[in-house]
Amino acid sequence: MPHIFNRRDLTFQLYEVLNLEKLCNNSLYRDHHTDDFEQLIDLVERMAEELFQPHAAKVDANEPTFKEGQVEIIPEVKKALDAFIESGLPAASFSYSEGGMQLPYAVTQAMAFIFAAANVSTSAYPLLSLGVANLLSACGSDEQKQKFLKPLIEGRYFGTMCLSETQAGSSLADIKTQAVPQSDGSYLITGNKMWISGGEHNLSENIIHMVLAKIPGGDAGVKGISLFIVPKFMVDDAGSLGARNDVVLAGLNHKMGYRGTVNTVLNFGENEGAVGYLVGEAGKGLSYMFHMMNEARIAVGLGATALAYTGYLHALDYATDRKQGRPLNQKDPSSPMVPIIEHTDVKRMLIQQKSYAEGGLALGLYCAQLVDQQRIAISEGQMKAAKAHELLLDILTPIAKSWPSEYGLKANEQAIQVHGGYGYTRDYPVERFYRDNRLNHIHEGTKGIQGLDLLGRKVTQFEGQSTQLLIQAIQATLAEVKDPALQPMAADLASHLQLIIATTQGMQAQIPNKGIDAYLANASLYLDAFGHVVVAWMWLQQAHTAVTAMSEAVNDTDRQFYQGKIKTCQYFFRYELPNIKPALELLAEMDTTCMDFDLGLF
Amino acid sequence: MKILVAIKRVVDYNVRVQVKPDGSGVATDGVKMSINPFDEIAIEEALRIKEQGKADEVVVVTIGNSDSQQQLRTAMAMGADRAVLVETDSAVQPLQAAQVLLKIIEEEQPGLVITGKQAIDDDNNQTPQMLATLWNRPQATFASQVEFTGDNKLNVTREVDAGLETIQVELPAVVSTDLRLNEPRFVKLPDIMKAKRKPLETKVLADVAPDLQGQMIEVLSHEAPQPRSKGVMVESVDELINILKDKGLVG
Repeated sequence: MPHIFNRRDLTFQLYEVLNLEKLCNNSLYRDHHTDDFEQLIDLVERMAEELFQPHAAKVDANEPTFKEGQVEIIPEVKKALDAFIESGLPAASFSYSEGGMQLPYAVTQAMAFIFAAANVSTSAYPLLSLGVANLLSACGSDEQKQKFLKPLIEGRYFGTMCLSETQAGSSLADIKTQAVPQSDGSYLITGNKMWISGGEHNLSENIIHMVLAKIPGGDAGVKGISLFIVPKFMVDDAGSLGARNDVVLAGLNHKMGYRGTVNTVLNFGENEGAVGYLVGEAGKGLSYMFHMMNEARIAVGLGATALAYTGYLHALDYATDRKQGRPLNQKDPSSPMVPIIEHTDVKRMLIQQKSYAEGGLALGLYCAQLVDQQRIAISEGQMKAAKAHELLLDILTPIAKSWPSEYGLKANEQAIQVHGGYGYTRDYPVERFYRDNRLNHIHEGTKGIQGLDLLGRKVTQFEGQSTQLLIQAIQATLAEVKDPALQPMAADLASHLQLIIATTQGMQAQIPNKGIDAYLANASLYLDAFGHVVVAWMWLQQAHTAVTAMSEAVNDTDRQFYQGKIKTCQYFFRYELPNIKPALELLAEMDTTCMDFDLGLF
Repeated sequence: MKILVAIKRVVDYNVRVQVKPDGSGVATDGVKMSINPFDEIAIEEALRIKEQGKADEVVVVTIGNSDSQQQLRTAMAMGADRAVLVETDSAVQPLQAAQVLLKIIEEEQPGLVITGKQAIDDDNNQTPQMLATLWNRPQATFASQVEFTGDNKLNVTREVDAGLETIQVELPAVVSTDLRLNEPRFVKLPDIMKAKRKPLETKVLADVAPDLQGQMIEVLSHEAPQPRSKGVMVESVDELINILKDKGLVG
């Protein structure tokens, strides 16, 4: 059954497009070699095939249940996670000094991509925990790191992010959870948190909740929000587990997808009060969270890509096997039926999926290696270079999160379509991928918020520096592309880039007359259009690499692989990129049809 | 005691194998390659014996081209102490492999040799038996359980057609593994890094066995199996018997 990912493509993207081996030339990653990355991917692939994928359908059909204050999860989940931890995978991306393996972020993201494609809900537990570990690594005190980060990196503890409340989802400024200072320096936390993935289970020794709460008397709004560590079981200085903290499971949410990832409502401090420890300074909780946001959002995008990718591979396999109908010019009803992949409409749906899945992977891995570039620059004291990488990541992040969520879901829709009626049943996994992927527009900042972030903040921030860096990066690719076959696409990319810049500038010029509301009225459309330009760039990079490699290809399999990249790039430029024009016209006019639509008219 | 484990790089068991259009062999370009699954069980068994304190070194050996280093590294990441690659660009047949392995045995003097009962590419199931014969030592094939008896002997439970058979062999001996002997471990990330620093010695096949003989098998052609024809569901045993009679399969 595998069809989890295409190893040849991952190899192409990591080493041929991104030249990941170059990362190993600097001090931060000098202990590593691409052979290690390959062995890691071997391990991950085997574990994904043998322990994660086999129970993906079962855990979807048997979601966690709530019994006597406890969560019950099918045993296959713990078995898979125990193997994951036993292999030392949670430590992969952390520094040596933290007890990690100091592997490049791009490699660990490739690992997360494979696990997500194999079983998105089971892999969510350790991946969420790594997010918590990242947050503590960046913002925790030495004592907090010793007590909580170490066991997270060892995989003994899992973690959660407790931001939302029933009345405050996207609007975090309105949270009500309170944190009251105690004489011993700790805080007592009281409040209810909603949508907490991994909030209660027996998969790990302990659960570390990262909770946003307000200290009474603090500022109103986001500046009054602080970040707290609230463990499920108290931990003493020696690291031993003590009494249970006052964190109570109030209920489970029953979801459309990601059904194996238990999603909880948690009550903090219903009884004696939940003990929490302040992370960093009071009032900076949200900024600490946002500190991690680039990486968290890239990871969400790669998860969406993973689902698109595995769906595409399943559809490709089905279309190659399933025989229906005959070629249009074959009139003999006794002639054999052909595999449906030979019907052009099916082929088109497969190319569309390929362009979204492999384009999304290129984008996610490109961003992940920018995180590595940033880390390298910081480790070498090149603060200006580090800042440049960060600014480029800033503008790419809303796209890396949203584009795969939007178009990965479309890919899953087409994977179902290729399967016909069978795709609509639970006998095939593609309907599950679709349900799973539907989450990704919603969490870690909805699509609407990503649009506002891109158009309202990122394109203009620091006098447009992020935008300038992106333009330079795209122009660098354009300058490299010399092959005549790719010239029309290079010209196309240049003109669409120009179009989106001109549209943006035109819109900004209208703000004094029409106001900021009109400027941001169609930000989601802007996000999609901008995303298509960026992914077109990713495809041109892949095609450029493929053309260059083609001359040295040693066998037909490789030649076909490269040809597939070039042809899919052509598809993207002919069938996809031009679609952004109508949206850009609406944006250029700052169309207010929706904004002006009176509430009484619904 | 030293344990020598012989392994082979083969097309991964998950790959849907395809015959080359000209029938000259199986397509391996760009295909995922792995340690032969039976050999992986052999590595695992050797490591368990070492972990029980009954062996002090596990040496893994293979015959193949330089790409086989990848599989040797994986074996060392699993826990093998060092590796030997006998390098050759052409495939060796079972009798040749046995001769080469015998040379390595003469050099290494292992107390026990463990290998998979067969490689999943050619399915010969010959090398372990030939090796034991050439070495003039006992063999215990198709092992599903291996037990040390303490007097330099092994009790080996074998999977045979009639069920399970337990035999005793004196060491040194050759054991070939069956599927149910154990479940191989996943490698650990830190061990991947450690494996890089473990010794991997490369020898040239012509140096190891200059007078290699035994090219006994001539391959005429490769063909993909015929697709299985569609089955029919029957309602009753009687109906089944009738169909079998109609097809002339039962009297």
